[in-house]
Amino acid sequence: MQLHEHQAKEILRGYGLPVSNGKVITKIEEVDQVLAELNAFPLVVKAQVHAGGRGKAGGVKLVRNADELRQTVATLLGTILKTYQCPDGKPVNSLLIEEGTDIKAEYYFSITLDRSTSRPMIVASKAGGMDIETVARESAEAIMMVPLDPCLGLTLGKARNLAFDLDLPVQEFVNIVTALYRAYIELDASLLEINPLVLNKAGNLILLDAKLEIDDNSLFRHKDLQALEDLTQIDPLEVAAGEYNLNYVRLDGNIACMVNGAGLAMTTMDTIKLAGGNPANFLDVGGGASAEQIANAMRILMSDTNVKAVFVNIFGGILRCGRLAQGLIDAARMVEIRTPVVVRLEGTNVEEGRALLNESGLDFIVTAADMWDGANKAVELAKKNGEM
Amino acid sequence: MSILVNKDTKIVVQGITGKEGRFHANQCNLYGGNVVGGVSPGKGGATVEGIPVFNTVAAAVETAHATCSLIFVPPPFAADAIVEAVDSGIEFIVCITEGIPIRDMMMVAHYMKNNYPKTILLGPNCPGIITPNEAKVGILPGHIFSRGRIGVISRSGTLTYEAAYQLTGLGIGQSTAVGIGGDPISGLSHKDVVEMFENDPETDAILMIGEIGGTSEEEAAEFIVSHVKKPVFAYIAGTTAPPGRRMGHAGAIVTGGKGTAESKIKSLNKAGVHTIDNAAFIGKTIKETLKY
Repeated sequence: MQLHEHQAKEILRGYGLPVSNGKVITKIEEVDQVLAELNAFPLVVKAQVHAGGRGKAGGVKLVRNADELRQTVATLLGTILKTYQCPDGKPVNSLLIEEGTDIKAEYYFSITLDRSTSRPMIVASKAGGMDIETVARESAEAIMMVPLDPCLGLTLGKARNLAFDLDLPVQEFVNIVTALYRAYIELDASLLEINPLVLNKAGNLILLDAKLEIDDNSLFRHKDLQALEDLTQIDPLEVAAGEYNLNYVRLDGNIACMVNGAGLAMTTMDTIKLAGGNPANFLDVGGGASAEQIANAMRILMSDTNVKAVFVNIFGGILRCGRLAQGLIDAARMVEIRTPVVVRLEGTNVEEGRALLNESGLDFIVTAADMWDGANKAVELAKKNGEM
Repeated sequence: MSILVNKDTKIVVQGITGKEGRFHANQCNLYGGNVVGGVSPGKGGATVEGIPVFNTVAAAVETAHATCSLIFVPPPFAADAIVEAVDSGIEFIVCITEGIPIRDMMMVAHYMKNNYPKTILLGPNCPGIITPNEAKVGILPGHIFSRGRIGVISRSGTLTYEAAYQLTGLGIGQSTAVGIGGDPISGLSHKDVVEMFENDPETDAILMIGEIGGTSEEEAAEFIVSHVKKPVFAYIAGTTAPPGRRMGHAGAIVTGGKGTAESKIKSLNKAGVHTIDNAAFIGKTIKETLKY
């Protein structure tokens, strides 16, 4: 789960970490309050969106007076910010307005999981403020990586070494990294990224930006964090799918897929592509999906207006084919199905499933012999349906 | 031989009184007849589907001589369940539970490495393991597997079933099929299982099924170059998955340019692995290449 910059900073302030004074607004009327509370210009206006690359896309603006502030707020609020990392854009529903910082130098700092060693890892660089992937590609030696022992945590020696390597005020840096590591662990973060960490002209360190992602699996013990999730930053269909406990990711093609199991769901997308089509989504209905849940899944697939055909690819292991077939038949009663549905069933109780579908009299259903046959039929039908 | 599990494996099911635990304990027992006990703290002395229930894993080891644990404990308690199994002297642990916090697994992985380096963990968030006609430890549908000489490794459940089904349909059996799971931190890796199959006299060739995210497949490819003589086939799922989006499994995500299907396929090709680009032809490709 992603948090907004202002939410992350508020949490980190609670860890005693230095973040700029700032205020969040959601309406232009709140500008007067900002002017009353924040001290001096220049101020920085930052769009609160779950999209990387927001600075380059015009989502961060420096303003020098009240007029500029009003104008910038009016231009940004309520728009869709499109960035190179998120070409479809995210709605700008809130802005963080912060006091400006006299920047002397910018650093990169993050803590994340190193999957290959199952340890937390600190990544730091003197080349802050930039896209760290570009830095890594162009000058790998500029990136410092410090793997940590999860049982021991961050030791003073490691923190001090990093301070010397980065050439930063040692005690101040050690305090900051220690607090950041504590936050990373206590919050069950999957990523805590400070880019940039800034050394100001007075010689103090400030967390100028903060990105905090929480491990979804840990949310059962972080109800307070879960309550902070901003659903406006997530595709509405994905939000709806989440409410039904369906694993759904929207893509830009026109062939919807409904599959059981994440691996087979990805494979189905790949197979559609190989057959010359484009998948409209990733959808895993899970291992024990009920008829009602399959109806819900169908409802979500049908609300994507790009969809011209559906490919149902089910391998019945625990999920018996009979149950899936019944689910599809029930879905047809609850949801208007406006596209052809290619069904490929295999596995446990497959005969029962096929018989149910054949006897259902549902004319939009086309059965497929195997996965490749199904993908080809779906591509062909989507083409035909698109031309009509 | 086969790997990891066989007819002598004695299974204890942790979380046997839950809905899933009860159902699958029975299924595993019907398949191999080798479930010797279940664990449910406070319910020791009861029986579930004719299987004796113990309060602790230690009691199941002592009384029923369990060697292998199958875990269906809910996510908040699953990491503890693994540690209990490890502490009780279980040699091989299969954790089915999906949704264990990463921090918990980080601690478990280090605890095991530092204190019990010989204990083997499969999963979490995996379908389990099956040696056809001998033992099933997990949730895999037994009837689609058949005994033979292909070793199967996969991160995903239904994709394993798909591959096994294709193989079985063409008359090609499997020595053992292992689902290593889709979490960012897990026990056995592709490389570990490839190594076991390479050393298994009952396995002639290896089918490795991977997916986007992490570097498990690349690490296996590196190992294959210098250590594996048996033919290896591979399919990687997620060629069309966009970066930054998690595809169901907690580990199936391309971030920071790492873990793409292209990079995995490239390193596997370089290692001399037969990569298969269309999952519908996994069985056919293996049959034609091996001239079975």
